[in-house]
Amino acid sequence: MINPHRGDFPLLVKNPGLHYLDSAATSQKPRAVLDAMRDYYEHDNANPHRGAYALSGRATDRYLSARERVARFVGAADADCLVFTRGTTESLNLVATAWGRANVTEGDEIIVTALDHHANFVPWQQLAKGCGARFLVCPLTNEQHIDLAALRSMVGPRTKVVAFSHVSNAVGTVNPVREIAAIARSVGALVVCDGAQGVPHLPVAFDSLDVDFYAFSGHKMCGPMGIGGLVGRREILEAMPPYQFGGDMIEFVRDDHSTWNVLPHKFEAGTPNVADAVGLAAACDYLDAIGMENVLSHERALVRLASERLAAIDGVKIYGPPAAERSGVVSFTVRDIHPHDLATIFDEDGVCIRAGHHCAQPLMRRLGVAATARASFYVYSDESDVEALVRALARAQALFAQD
Amino acid sequence: MSDLQELYQSIILDHNRRPKNYGALDDATVRRQDRNPACGDEILLEIKVDHDVITDVKFTSEGCAVSRASASIMTQAIKGKSRDEVEQLFRQFHELVTGKVKPTPQEARDYGEMAAFSGVSRFPIRVKCASMAWHSLQAALRESAPV
Repeated sequence: MINPHRGDFPLLVKNPGLHYLDSAATSQKPRAVLDAMRDYYEHDNANPHRGAYALSGRATDRYLSARERVARFVGAADADCLVFTRGTTESLNLVATAWGRANVTEGDEIIVTALDHHANFVPWQQLAKGCGARFLVCPLTNEQHIDLAALRSMVGPRTKVVAFSHVSNAVGTVNPVREIAAIARSVGALVVCDGAQGVPHLPVAFDSLDVDFYAFSGHKMCGPMGIGGLVGRREILEAMPPYQFGGDMIEFVRDDHSTWNVLPHKFEAGTPNVADAVGLAAACDYLDAIGMENVLSHERALVRLASERLAAIDGVKIYGPPAAERSGVVSFTVRDIHPHDLATIFDEDGVCIRAGHHCAQPLMRRLGVAATARASFYVYSDESDVEALVRALARAQALFAQD
Repeated sequence: MSDLQELYQSIILDHNRRPKNYGALDDATVRRQDRNPACGDEILLEIKVDHDVITDVKFTSEGCAVSRASASIMTQAIKGKSRDEVEQLFRQFHELVTGKVKPTPQEARDYGEMAAFSGVSRFPIRVKCASMAWHSLQAALRESAPV
């Protein structure tokens, strides 16, 4: 059956033979999002927060209501605690830089996990190097779950930060956020969660997750590239120094010192990205109309089907926890065919997959592979995409079996 | 022949499965290890240079069929060649994989097994896979250049 949502995505409509299985990298964009951004530029575009004219007021209103909409989507009642950023990477760098430099000192400990994307690994590694803190990597179980027993034994009185991902981009593990947060809290550590693969694929309620910071990207959840968010606890955001300096984030500038604007502006230096915020708000409307529970169960069904079909093929190895415990990702290797060769061969059949280390080299090292092939699903994916994937794999094996 | 069959022709698949000159070269005079951070491919080239001539070469690698076959065919092509001849071969190879020259079947014979890489030009993303070993070789020879 053709997925009814496919028709909402102009790129997919224009490419009927395309099987886009790289949504974990970036999602396609529904017409509603593209229209919202165009509407903003055609009717309300001006620099917000500054102009004493009606048009600038409208731009300000659009930006404000976009923030409220996105905050509601991620379950943050206090919309001022949602800072718009360029995406997850900038959000995590913001925390590691602004909070980290002010609070982590020599001899402290920072813990990340072997599951983390480079964006939630390297900023902490570099912070630790810069201030002489110890950088510790929490190991994984054989099924690529975070080893909670190990984490319990790693945390201690010097642990200042525990950073982890909500959902692994490389193998799809869904991590028990509240449990991990409780372990971190038991020693008073800051809890930082990378939600880049969380918000797009499952219901997220920041206020009940018990984390201090939660980062996400707009472009993986039907929104435009170039916008994302960082949700934080008000008291922590207020106590932190700013990340970047410039317009909008400032209150008074004297010759010898300056004071900062209130939240969220304190962390949004420069002209804000209003059009992309408007697009992201439209993406939230789009996903809410489908329902995030439905998104999750739809992807789970496809992951289960794809995992079953692939596992039945000789030479295929699938990574990560059992399909029922994974988000919309199937990460696999095929005996005697390198993932890059698979990706090239699949592409000839219009099947777009990712091949490589998925910006998770620490995880790949522990899996003992240089690269995997990854198929990832979203709201517009359906069984025909799984069938195309399986057909393309058969073709690759036939091609490589020839003498 | 389809583009895919052209890319993955039997010469390339054979060299991928059973690479030539694969392994360690204990009396190498130059060693060069390279990685492509974008895809994780790795190559270790061990070369014995004697009076400006490559007298022996071996490699080990981790990577796709295109990169491994290219390294294998390259090691065969450069043995017994001088630095200048190797530079010339690299230029020819590069023109081939980037599609700057499209040899006729007649001309293709001059390229030897390297001609198998003409199919790469239709897959621009894969040019770096095919060229990796050659770039390593070039860097290794520059490092070992007589002063």
